Amino acid sequence: MIISIASGKGGTGKTTVAVSMARVLSQEVPGRTLQLLDCDVEQPNAHLFINPVFESSEPVTLPVPRIDRDRCDACGECDRLCQFKAIALVGDTVMCFPELCHGCGGCMRVCPRSAITEDSRELGRLDRGRCGGINFARGTLRVGEAMAPPLIRAVRALATPGGITIVDAPPGTSCPVIAAVKGSDFVVLVSEPTPFGLHDLALALETVRLLGIPCGLVINRSDIGDGRLRHFAQREDLPILLEIPFDRRIAEAYATGVMLVDRLPEWRGAFSGLFEKIHALVEWRRGP
Amino acid sequence: MKELVVISGKGGTGKTSLTGAFALLAHNRVLCDADVDAADLHLLMDPEMERQTDFFSGHRAVVDPDRCSGCGLCRASCRFGAINDDLFVDPIACEGCGLCVAICPEKAVSFPENLCGRWFVSTTRFGPMVHARLGAGEENSGKLVSLVRREARSLAEQKGMRLILTDGPPGVGCPVIASIGGADGALIVTEPSLSGLHDLERVLQLTTHFRVPAMICINKFDLNLALTRKIEAFAADNGAGLAGLVPFDPAMTRAMVKGRTLLEFDRHSSAAREVKALWGRVCRWMELA
Repeated sequence: MIISIASGKGGTGKTTVAVSMARVLSQEVPGRTLQLLDCDVEQPNAHLFINPVFESSEPVTLPVPRIDRDRCDACGECDRLCQFKAIALVGDTVMCFPELCHGCGGCMRVCPRSAITEDSRELGRLDRGRCGGINFARGTLRVGEAMAPPLIRAVRALATPGGITIVDAPPGTSCPVIAAVKGSDFVVLVSEPTPFGLHDLALALETVRLLGIPCGLVINRSDIGDGRLRHFAQREDLPILLEIPFDRRIAEAYATGVMLVDRLPEWRGAFSGLFEKIHALVEWRRGP
Repeated sequence: MKELVVISGKGGTGKTSLTGAFALLAHNRVLCDADVDAADLHLLMDPEMERQTDFFSGHRAVVDPDRCSGCGLCRASCRFGAINDDLFVDPIACEGCGLCVAICPEKAVSFPENLCGRWFVSTTRFGPMVHARLGAGEENSGKLVSLVRREARSLAEQKGMRLILTDGPPGVGCPVIASIGGADGALIVTEPSLSGLHDLERVLQLTTHFRVPAMICINKFDLNLALTRKIEAFAADNGAGLAGLVPFDPAMTRAMVKGRTLLEFDRHSSAAREVKALWGRVCRWMELA
């Protein structure tokens, strides 16, 4: 079962929920392995809390074109195909702009003289490690690189069927979020009861519903702000799975990279309950 | 004319609340919300929309079942797995590369332009504002960011404004790159946490890479003084100026709930006093008269 933690607005507590749930679930059943995939590749932070021992690190690349100048006769087919201006006919020379390439392979395909071969561009790195019963992986986008979705998909591809996989998704509502949550069995949306939290939750909900994935809400800092977020959840039939009030001890633990459930063990039950609710909702949807 | 972009690396550090406060303190400014993914500045600005424009960007493949012979060449060639066994194109997975359009022997794939969102020119109690809304799950947020910034610039030129105040997106990827290119300064809003510091390191690498001068502001600085000191030291080591420290103050959230900027809501609050001093330092640094 793949559970993604998303939010719309940044800084609402996605990582707190993801690592706390992973910690509790990995300790609950001895021998159970659980995966935690940090797909917030622009700003991955989960490792700061679980301190994994990293076992491997590999580059993730995107195929980009390389021109064989001896074969190229500047016919311009590649230039006409490319939608991303990554390959262009300038005068009688074909130029490549690999940083704009989406890696579709189209230019190679349409070149009548087989003058294009594939090179690669590094998008970032994929690191894997372990922490107790948690199998951890994270993607880290190379600073200066714009294209996060292919790297996110590479992290997501590690999800092993049959087990429990928790995905820490990026904030926002556009393509990186889609890449992270697509194919999940359930999405947990984390928000706070403020106008910004509500507004961005509504957008994130639209994105998740577009994908047809069942979802529920965790309200963080539930005692700040106002009641509009709860009314919205009721109106939208979005089940409220957990509420976490503002607590300076939680904020202080977060600041120093200490997991909520390690600092305040009385919260362990709430996170295992969160998983039970999600499990029940997923099973219910699957039907008998 | 100058453009200041407020970014953060980590989300939820207070970019929009601070941008809102600056909107009141600045003079002769155009506001620009470049966080098109999850735009929130309008919630404080109560904009009156004057003009809205559709934002088309990129294309999506559509197979015409009447012309399709079912050969499956498109599906076999698509690297994005966007075409299923029934040769139906999943519009969410389609990257818009056009390869299937080019190779279909029956010319059965059409390639209409994609409506990705909308952008708006509005008036607010703080002057003109350019903002946008990207459609749910859409791509090309970077292009929409570039577009709203361009429009804000031409509006500022038209109206003889001295400053463009841009609320940027979180992260370091495509929309952030689009929001800082060519800006005169970036104010990075962070918070005293390991995540805040980690994300600050990456976003400062980005501003350095694109040669955009950066200043740092530590919001909620009193939540962890040891980390605040660490961030200050990091800023000094990396040649980024420190714009100021803003204390944790519930007035920030209360102002947001009322749809007001911090200084309108309570200009005597401890955060408001620091934000005022901070804005003075940003003005001197940006050489805004």
